[in-house]
Amino acid sequence: MYPEYGLIALVFAGAVAILQVVLPLWGVRTANRTLADTSLPLTVLFFALILISYLYLTLSFLIDDYSVAYVASNSNSMLPWYYKLSAVWGAHEGSMLLWVLVLAGWSLAVAVLNRSLAWDFRATVLAVQGFLALGFVAFLIFTSNPFERLLPFAPADGQDLNPLLQDPGLIFHPPLLYMGYVGFSVAFSFAVATLLLGRVQDGWADWLRPWTNVAWLFLTLGITLGSWWAYYELGWGGWWFWDPVENASLLPWILGTALVHSLAVARKRGLFQSWTLLLAIFAFSLSLLGTFLVRSGVLTSVHAFASDPERGLYILLFLGLVIGASLSLFAVRVGDLNPQKGFKVASRETGLLVNNLLLTFFTAIVLLGTLYPLAVEVTGRSVSVGPPWFNLFLLITAVPLLLALGIGQRLRWRSDDFARVAAMIPLPLVLSVGISLVICWVQDAFHPLLILCLVLALWIVLHLVADLVQRLRSGGAKWSFFTAGWVGMATAHIGVAVLAVGIGMTATRSVELDVRMTPGTLVEVGGYEFRLQGVYVEQGPNYVADVADIFVWRNGVAEALMYPEKRRYLVRGDVLTEAGIHGNLWRDLYVSMGESLGGDAWAMRIQVKPFMRWVWFGAVLMALGALIAMFERKNRAPMVREAHAG
Amino acid sequence: MPVSVKNRLLVFLPLVIFALMALMFYGALQMRETRASSELESVLVGRAFPPFNLPDLNDRMRTQEELIGQVTLVNVWGSWCPACRDEHPYLADLVARGVPLVGLNYKDTPENARNWLDFFGDIYLWHVQDQDGRLGLDLGVYGAPETFIVDKMGVVRYKRVGVVDERIWEQEMKSVYLRFGGVLTDE
Repeated sequence: MYPEYGLIALVFAGAVAILQVVLPLWGVRTANRTLADTSLPLTVLFFALILISYLYLTLSFLIDDYSVAYVASNSNSMLPWYYKLSAVWGAHEGSMLLWVLVLAGWSLAVAVLNRSLAWDFRATVLAVQGFLALGFVAFLIFTSNPFERLLPFAPADGQDLNPLLQDPGLIFHPPLLYMGYVGFSVAFSFAVATLLLGRVQDGWADWLRPWTNVAWLFLTLGITLGSWWAYYELGWGGWWFWDPVENASLLPWILGTALVHSLAVARKRGLFQSWTLLLAIFAFSLSLLGTFLVRSGVLTSVHAFASDPERGLYILLFLGLVIGASLSLFAVRVGDLNPQKGFKVASRETGLLVNNLLLTFFTAIVLLGTLYPLAVEVTGRSVSVGPPWFNLFLLITAVPLLLALGIGQRLRWRSDDFARVAAMIPLPLVLSVGISLVICWVQDAFHPLLILCLVLALWIVLHLVADLVQRLRSGGAKWSFFTAGWVGMATAHIGVAVLAVGIGMTATRSVELDVRMTPGTLVEVGGYEFRLQGVYVEQGPNYVADVADIFVWRNGVAEALMYPEKRRYLVRGDVLTEAGIHGNLWRDLYVSMGESLGGDAWAMRIQVKPFMRWVWFGAVLMALGALIAMFERKNRAPMVREAHAG
Repeated sequence: MPVSVKNRLLVFLPLVIFALMALMFYGALQMRETRASSELESVLVGRAFPPFNLPDLNDRMRTQEELIGQVTLVNVWGSWCPACRDEHPYLADLVARGVPLVGLNYKDTPENARNWLDFFGDIYLWHVQDQDGRLGLDLGVYGAPETFIVDKMGVVRYKRVGVVDERIWEQEMKSVYLRFGGVLTDE
């Protein structure tokens, strides 16, 4: 009966969601506060019901109930228990339930943590959240019921979880990603509520900032983890492929980055109001779009879920309703909001405007590159847009963005003077170019891309240092600028610099070799000697693996032991590569096993990738920065900073 | 853009762009539905099944001659193909209703294939082993699963790219199957 309890809870949750939309909005309309405040208990109740439903599905996995179709096709009695827990979100139906659970969690957080919000505002925000939840609950119940039974003929055992997903990295990748995707729903609901009520809540940007930061933080970590997973699991040694589904997660991230920055302006200066609302709508819309692209099967990708046009059509309708309605609302209502204040050309505002324009431009580019093949296909032909195209535009966007970033961090709000700004440029410029050239000379690599990345990274860091020095030298309350906001910003921007160095180094300095190895073969790659000791068979819980035993020397000194594997999962018969990776701060050694070449010979791909860790490390620093910035105290006196900055 | 929203037309721009995108998505979805029957159909439909001389999973040699005599479904599958698992129950239904089904085991190893059949049930009459995918090339196979209807004379009459399910069978395949003299025990 457990699956039926789960389904009943889901259906009740749907009913509660209807109430959560109708009652609060009615309350707001009739100025009946008691009615509007029903949004609070309803939100709690909705969360509880979804949680119950989710737990029953988890239970079905744990007790190996293969009469449930979803369990039968995504689990197996040999599967370790922790993968049974994560198998719950291993395919379409369950991951959609997780999506709704995360959405319910965000609504709950809004209801619990923001009692200070004006009552009608809170009620409207929660009603919009309820509407989103309702759409997805209906989607689950009508097209993707995870509790469907295979009765009366239940299989004796399940077909096992897709082996690609049997991996620690993949346990956390979807939940983190969903926390991010769905987290933007708060900003979205807030924007819609603002437009619906036709007035701007006092301190709205202060309110919205931590929510957006957390969502952005989770999305950053989720994407990073996905990229890290692709790096060691797919066996190619690449870490970003511009795959349509990767792009689908990147789109809300880029726009979310723009939103985080435009919120800074809205917060400090009350500017960019309608633009920020539009970004908030867009960021979540792109999350929904990602869901559509991944689940409808319109895109072909390694990630794509089993395609089902009916599901695709449903999500498309819902997408059309949510995005169409919110954009119409924006178009009609945005004019009623507050008038805008002005700012000078030389000011922090301009810097952030440049940030927003470039990030929006890049979002459009990635969206275009992802959808262009689809658009062409509708006309009957077929093309694909490859990494070179995306990389070119990444470069075109990143160079001005990072240049502006360096200076932008030091600009004053509202108005700065040109002479002061111009004086900031020479020293960091000379130093960053000089240091870059020295590094390239030491490394004996004068690749233009490498030099460019190093210059940009140093440019950002040197400006931060210069800013710090300048502020400490000036009199007055020295440490007043040293707020959580500033530290968070600096951390995230150093993360950008670290990422740039990582990209520059791995893109230009990696060495790769495909070789045939038999036990005893010694191969030299990038100054390291790899020796295949032997290949052994190892028995896993639900797979059999050929494990290569590889010793690595450098200049005659033992450097590392590596164990790349080729696993064959027993139930599905899928063969998977587990790369052997030995990484430190300065380089990754990467060995993946290819095909058996007969006898005891194996094809091996050996790579040495300098500074690889810097890519992940940079991304984590960005997320950390967002976390720190959340603890900035509410901004009561926007002018305080300028007073000290002089 | 952020500075002024006085321009009433500009604020509708996001909506217009989105509407165009939505239209395109709708088109793409429709394409997914019909792609199977339109795209490669013209190449092979109406022509004889390409000749082959390949072992079956019991290492007996088979040729295209053995397709002659009854209307047959030829299903391209592989143990590595997730969607083949999805369509297997429905194919089993069709077999139970008297539809002759021959497997084309595509880019697979015999032992993986036998394992798979032990697990899901071997509902096929026999299987051609197409390990290197050469027959698949002659057939213009995109990827598994694909299903062909071959008539009594060994001529290909229909090609389905993707999963065969009840909707596809009822709407497209059944009429072709019956028109060329296929037999269903329940009709």
